[in-house]
This record gives sequence, C-alpha cells and structure tokens, in this order.
Amino acid sequence: MHWINFPLLAVMIYSGLRIYWANDVYDVSLGGTEFFSFFPESVYDKLELSGRLARGIAFHLVFAWFFLLNGVAFGIYLAVTGQWRRFLPHRKSLADIPAVLAHDAKLRKEAPPHGDYNVVQQITYALVLGLGAMALLSGFAIYKPAQLSFLTRIFGDYENARGVHFIVTISFMVFFVVHLLQVARAGISNFMSMVTGYLPIDPEEAAGRARRRSERERTGDAATPEASEKVEVGS
Amino acid sequence: MTEAQDPRQELWDAQRDAQPTISGDELARKSRRSVLTGVGGVVAALGGWKWFGGRPTDDGALVPLRKGLEFNEAIWSKIGDGGEVRTFSESDLTGIRVNGLIGLRSDLDRDAWRLRIENADGELIDELDEAALADLAQADQIVKHKCVEGWSATVRWTGPTVATLLEPYADQLGDWDYAAFVTPDEEYYVGLDNSAAMHPQTVLATSLDGEPLSLEHGAPVRLAVPIAYGIKSLKRVGTIRLTNERPPDYWAERGYDWYSLH
Repeated sequence: MHWINFPLLAVMIYSGLRIYWANDVYDVSLGGTEFFSFFPESVYDKLELSGRLARGIAFHLVFAWFFLLNGVAFGIYLAVTGQWRRFLPHRKSLADIPAVLAHDAKLRKEAPPHGDYNVVQQITYALVLGLGAMALLSGFAIYKPAQLSFLTRIFGDYENARGVHFIVTISFMVFFVVHLLQVARAGISNFMSMVTGYLPIDPEEAAGRARRRSERERTGDAATPEASEKVEVGS
Repeated sequence: MTEAQDPRQELWDAQRDAQPTISGDELARKSRRSVLTGVGGVVAALGGWKWFGGRPTDDGALVPLRKGLEFNEAIWSKIGDGGEVRTFSESDLTGIRVNGLIGLRSDLDRDAWRLRIENADGELIDELDEAALADLAQADQIVKHKCVEGWSATVRWTGPTVATLLEPYADQLGDWDYAAFVTPDEEYYVGLDNSAAMHPQTVLATSLDGEPLSLEHGAPVRLAVPIAYGIKSLKRVGTIRLTNERPPDYWAERGYDWYSLH
C-alpha cells in the first residue's frame, strides 16, 4: 500500500498539474515582489502539461477513487495491526526534535536514541498520512461543491478549498524529494528492509534487548504503572 | 542518562520485538526476489500506462476514462443533489470574464430573435420574444459560477427559471428526460438531464449583476446552471428541445464529462 501510493500519486499530481495549467494563479510573493510563480512556462513545456485540460480532469476524477481506496485500506491496516502507534511520538521524545534535525543537517555527530522511527520521522509520517486525508477532503470539496456543500464550507469557500488542495500537492512533492534523499542517505540495507519488510538480525542489538528484558523481569513488572493497574483490575 | 534509565527503552524494545527479522543471507535472497518483483512491477506499470494511453477514445476521452466518468455520475446521482447551492450577497460580487464566443459569432437581429421550445420530434411548441420572457416570474440569485479551468466568479443572474418557462407547456411536452439548449447558429449546444434543467436555480438569465446581459455574455438570454460547471451555461439560447434521448453536448464531444455536475 505504501508502494501503490507512488504510481497513484504520480498520476494524480500529473493530471492535477494539467488542470492547474488552465488557470495558474498561485505564486510565492512577499510585499508585492513575486519570487516564484507556479509554474514557469518551461515546466509546462517539458512535462507536456499544456492544453490537456479535458484529459487531465478525466484522469484525475477516475484515479482519485483508487487513491481513496488505497488510503482507506492503509488506514484500516494501521488501525487493525496497531502499527499506527509507531507514528505516535513519545512525550519525552519531543525534546529530541532539535537534536534529530541537527544530526540530519550533520551539525551533530550522535543521533539521539530512538525506536523504529525517530521523533521527526514519526511526526513527518503522521503528517503525510494527514496530507493524504487532506488531499481527499479538499479534493472532494472542489469536485462537488454543490452536492457536498458542507465539505466546501469547512474550507471556507470553493476558492480556499482549491488553495488548500494546491498547497497539499506542493507539500507532497516536497515530502517526496526529502523522503527520497533520506532513504538514499540511510543506505541500501535500510532500503532493502523497506522493500522486503524484514530487518536483518543484529546479534549485538538483540543481545542488548534480551539483557534489558531479563533485567525488567527481575525488577518486576509491577514497577510500571500500567502493569500495576492491570493487577488491580484482575484481582 | 544511561540506556537502562531511559523510560522509553521498554517501548522501543517492544517495537523492535514486533519487527520481523531474518538472517543476512535470507534478507539478501528476499531482496533479490523483491527487486525482481519491483522491476516486474515497474515494467507492468509502464506497459499498463502505455496500453491505457493507446486505448481508443470515445468523444475525445480514452474509453476507460469515459466509462469512469459515467461511473462517477452513476454514483453521484444516487447521493442526492445537495439541494440548492449556496447564495451570496451583493458585496461578494466579483464580476465575470468573457471566456468564450462559441455560438456568438453570427449576427443577431434582436427583434427577430425568438426562444423556440420544441418537443422530442423537433415540433415547435411555442416561441417567445424578449418581452414574453420579461413577463414571466423572475428569479434573482447571487451564486458562484465555476469553470472547469479552475477559476470561479460570484455573479448575480436574473431571469425566469427553466422550470417557470416550461410550466405552461407541461401537458404538451409530456415526460422528458433531457433538455437540449442550442444557439441560433447551432454552433454551441449543451444538454442537461431533467433534474438539472428543472433545478430551482437553473435560470434563463436576461440580466447579469443587475445590468441587462451584454452580447458577449449571451444576450438576449443565456443559461445559468449553478449546479454544473460553466461549460453548461450556454450563451444566446435559440432553442430548447425536450427529448428522451441524451442530446449531443459540445464539450462532452471534446473529452469532458457529459453531466459536468458538481
């Protein structure tokens, strides 16, 4: 489901840009000075985005269903397996955010200790899931502003919903670039784990884990508040 | 803080326990298989994409996409029409651009102009001049006009609704499923299904933003369909034909959804 997103998003963004071409009003400007206009003519020319509005709309409105289905399936999978907890940052981890960013920027040698994902990953992945949901909600708000007028109202009005939909698209593109760079930096072994879904056995790490487990068993589970509550309920 | 004291360590260990692990050899084998699957997937996706792009077209839309658009309409028509669209106030008016002149390029003699109402067999039921339209009950609404291109405008349309116009002819017309709207020169033509045509906000506008309609905006009378994209709001209506067969539609023949409702 993670991988299906790539071709689906590629089709959605490509066809979306063909639609955007027909009325490309957004730019980045500050104090009346335009810094960047979405998008320069050369981008349209290179990607063959011009003059294909009808086909762009057709692709967009048909493939949106597959994006929706994939998103729902992914959501159900995360909920049922409890895997969504991996994206839930620990309260204490929030203090690590500057250190993680400094490490990523090579300003800090040691990465702060973390579990499967570091706190910045956790927040980013959670936000990207939210981005997917936001793409669908703002998308439906501009697709059916009459039939789903309540949805369009949530975004303020039709024009705002279109603005949100555009920002979501740009955010997806930015995420994609950073995501790819980070995966490339993490190395081939990490990538293979992404592809296969398995981690290689690390004897040293496993030994440390076993040592801590036996340590915890010795000091007793009752030391943790969750465990003591369970005892009370059971007795 | 040492490793053992970090209160998060137990959570992290539990996460790691839950991770499926395999030996390096096995991972290498699985990796090879995954890479092959991946390459196969990419080849299949590219092949599928090429196949898709090579499909024949139906009125300018690739056949699978045309079917998709019809499927969409089948779903949305069951969800209900959402009632009336949101209306705005005078202070929200934005003005509207002239976006197309299809069907307006021939000369127009306004004294000779008549709005023709025809039945399914093309027989003339009645024809009305501008004065007759002005005598009908006038709807006055400020709504959003949304273009497939992505722009929108808040505009005020004044004129009789299609439902008001057709009401006196209900017996003569009998049941009909679709309404075709055609310019006098027959260059531009759109179709609406019965529910879109009879929607209480589907108006035959003779006035825009409180001013008489200009020629470029579709004088003497234009269609304004707030529940559909602007491509359905045909300017300079010459004929309204009520039929039981889905009539041809200028933009649907150029790759857009026939219904184009929203």
